[in-house]
Amino acid sequence: MSDHDQIPRLPKLMGRAMRPLPTAPLSVTLTLLARRIAKRHPGLFQRLGQYRETRFLLDATDLPFKLLLDLRDGKVKLTAHRTAPEAEARIAGPIAGFLGMMHGAYDGDALFFSRDLIVEGDTSAVVALRNAIDDAELDLSAELAELAGPLKPFVQPAVTLAEKGSGMVLHRVDTLAGGWT
Amino acid sequence: MMELVCPAGTPAALRAAVEAGAHAVYCGFSDETNARNFPGLNFSPEELVPAVAGAHKRGAKVLVALNTFPRAGGEKLWHQRLADAEAAGVDAVILADIGLLDYAATHHPNLRRHLSVQAAAANPDAINFYAEAFDVKRVVLPRVLTVAEISAINKEIDVETEAFVFGGLCVMAEGRCALSSYATGLSPNMNGVCSPASHVVYAEEGPDLAAKLGGFTIHRTPKDRPAPYPTLCKGCFTSGEQTGHVFEDPVSLDARHLIPALAKAGVTALKIEGRQRSRAYVAEVVRAFRAATDALADGRELPLAELARLTEGQSATAGAYAKTWR
Repeated sequence: MSDHDQIPRLPKLMGRAMRPLPTAPLSVTLTLLARRIAKRHPGLFQRLGQYRETRFLLDATDLPFKLLLDLRDGKVKLTAHRTAPEAEARIAGPIAGFLGMMHGAYDGDALFFSRDLIVEGDTSAVVALRNAIDDAELDLSAELAELAGPLKPFVQPAVTLAEKGSGMVLHRVDTLAGGWT
Repeated sequence: MMELVCPAGTPAALRAAVEAGAHAVYCGFSDETNARNFPGLNFSPEELVPAVAGAHKRGAKVLVALNTFPRAGGEKLWHQRLADAEAAGVDAVILADIGLLDYAATHHPNLRRHLSVQAAAANPDAINFYAEAFDVKRVVLPRVLTVAEISAINKEIDVETEAFVFGGLCVMAEGRCALSSYATGLSPNMNGVCSPASHVVYAEEGPDLAAKLGGFTIHRTPKDRPAPYPTLCKGCFTSGEQTGHVFEDPVSLDARHLIPALAKAGVTALKIEGRQRSRAYVAEVVRAFRAATDALADGRELPLAELARLTEGQSATAGAYAKTWR
């Protein structure tokens, strides 16, 4: 939590604007993104070890839907739901917490100590997921840019704008983003 | 300058530690051969090779912890990991078990040996025994000593000493604590896990967060209080008519203000705990401690950046160094 004593919450207006979004097409896009990440970062799933068949409920408490990361049958699915689906493990907290951990800005344990993050169900699976994602050094803005095809040049300015507006971390913050050469 | 020895649970954390200024990084393999055998954590032998090469390129050392006690009949795994560590070109291995120390000294004589905190060598006689018998070059001191005791030890030994200065605080005689085993059947000594996540359950019970280990409720924390790990030594218990943290509060070690005193006491290296933590934690803590060791070397006042929010209990203690416990 380098520069953040309190993690930001999604602006309520933004949350309300997202509410009418249909979950089916959103789920298709999210699954596409998750599969792309899985393909580009195979080590992430190797690190999950025995939890490669687990369902994780990512309950971003300031989003109008809950996300299910379903890894059963060797397939990666990331889907949006109005109500909580069944899962072996639940991680709940503001979306900024999830994104900050993913980008190396926040420490998961520190978010847990401060009660910004709640863990329920299979704690061991959650620890494995947290460690796997931390090691993968993901960058959502880079993944979105690759996914955007011809719209790629517009992604980075849009991400910068979204970061300024929301206070969330949407890209890798460490100095190693250029690689370890 | 005092050497800063920093944790790395993953290759990404190792890179973060080195970039943040670690002089040395310690890590372990993804199995029961080290005391942080957590899910999704640690290195495969294949991952260790480029990690060591990258660290060396940047002038940082890599130390590998093989600090659990081999199971009878299962020693081959520990022996294989010693060979893997040497093949990867690591700068030292951190060992606790006498049998493994002997095996390493016999079969890998050129591989530098450090004595793990898990060996609980807390007096000059014990340390000198390890030095003479196994040519141990450095001892990681147990977290039960005062600065004055460390100073006294250093006057009677010829090996380097390494002292913990930050992170999770084990208050027991390490390598001998069986509390975790009582509740879960698994211990840091044999399985590499204290209060393993596989036996931990967190449950929102009304306004409280209940933290359970092996079915036992270790903490019940009100909404506005920091959440702790359910480790038995920091649990909240009722003893007689008193309810409280019988052994130790859920707080973490921060001995930055004692670094000059530790240097004066003859300590060679400062160790940061937290291989199970994220690269964000590693980078921030290492940066803060590197600033402190640089300041000490330059004769400047030590900067004390705020780190409490990263720690269990979100508050810090000087642990045994100052012996102000009840």
